[in-house]
Amino acid sequence: MNNKNLQQYIYSIADNALILGQRLGELCGHGPTLETDIALTNIALDLLGQTRSYYQYIAQELMKEDQTEDDLAFLRKEREYRNVQLVEQPNHDFAYIIVRQYFFDVFHHRFLSRLQRSKNVNLEAIASKSIKEAAYHERFSGDWLKRLGDGTAESHQRAQQAVDDLWVYTDELFHTTDDDQACIDAGHGVDVTSFKSEYFQVITDLLEEATLKVPETEFFQKGGKKGIHTEHMGYLLAEMQYMQRTYPDMKW
Amino acid sequence: MTLNDIHIDNQLYPILKNVSDPEIPVLSIIDLGVVRSAHLEDGKAKVEITPTYSGCPAMDMITDEVEKALREKGYEPEVKLILSPAWTTDWMTEEGKKALKDYGIAPPTDAVSDKQALLGNKKVIECTNCGSTNTKLVSQFASTACKAMFQCEDCGEPFDYFKCLT
Ligand SMILES: [Zn+2]
Repeated sequence: MNNKNLQQYIYSIADNALILGQRLGELCGHGPTLETDIALTNIALDLLGQTRSYYQYIAQELMKEDQTEDDLAFLRKEREYRNVQLVEQPNHDFAYIIVRQYFFDVFHHRFLSRLQRSKNVNLEAIASKSIKEAAYHERFSGDWLKRLGDGTAESHQRAQQAVDDLWVYTDELFHTTDDDQACIDAGHGVDVTSFKSEYFQVITDLLEEATLKVPETEFFQKGGKKGIHTEHMGYLLAEMQYMQRTYPDMKW
Repeated sequence: MTLNDIHIDNQLYPILKNVSDPEIPVLSIIDLGVVRSAHLEDGKAKVEITPTYSGCPAMDMITDEVEKALREKGYEPEVKLILSPAWTTDWMTEEGKKALKDYGIAPPTDAVSDKQALLGNKKVIECTNCGSTNTKLVSQFASTACKAMFQCEDCGEPFDYFKCLT
């Protein structure tokens, strides 16, 4: 494992949190009720806080150039982001928001529990901090998914639509790039394939409880982990990076 | 790690005790349990603090406030943010819990009761207004990520509950 492998590996973890945090941040003031609005923006805040810890680690300890966490968040190009395509999908409706969140949370919670055993002390510390938050997120999104699926005819239909549309993005969570593999071999990274079957079992059980059908598709999308994103990513970055690109080196 | 493992210099203690959480002004950062160590070294006051939640927006402000308070007393501050070991509500002092309650926020209970309360299985969270435990969960997240929203079914009072994080 070299420095570049490790940096890329950390981007793949941090960028998921950043991009999903950005998506959830768009909901500030637009949640369906005051409580869900606050909950979703609180989740966004947790994710952005986690992102900062990862970026600070890269910027302060792994880079030779004089870069800051802000440069990493705001000045990279689309192809340089390593997030999975799932998290960049737009806030189509509340059912989409909850399903996207739940598909990510079930992964994230299990991923962090394994990252706590990383040989890398920085990653281990960030994981130990973040896992408590991820556990809350999973409980929140799982509760809502049950409520939507087992709710009214309308909420059921919308939840099923969201599950069907977003299902194709789940498989990519378990892809392993060459950078990932180098970090796994060195004991710094997590072998995600080790909990893939558990992931799909947990989701299948919850969907059944929510009276929703598990999609039978055999086709899955991929590419985000290698920098190939869906058409939604460019718009997201344009909004997120606008201030830094318009006013370079702007600070709060 | 327990409270006994925290080493805070006697001279610095009263200064830090006077710095409060900007979101809960009645709660000192010492009683919140975010100060992990404080000592004098090479003419500097070195303080380590740890965030409650990753995205806690109060941390930058707490850092500034600690630096300001130390400078006012003539110390050269050096504040460091550490993540490990991760903060838990067990680090909150009894004095801190009492301050929360008086302020109208139900303090964290033990981990088992907390889980039962947040899953709606058992009514254990005391109303900050009338003391009844006939209370129900309204939302898992309240005004900040560290709190949940409850309502008393006896007196009708809505209140925040500081969630247990262990
Ligand atoms: Zn009451």
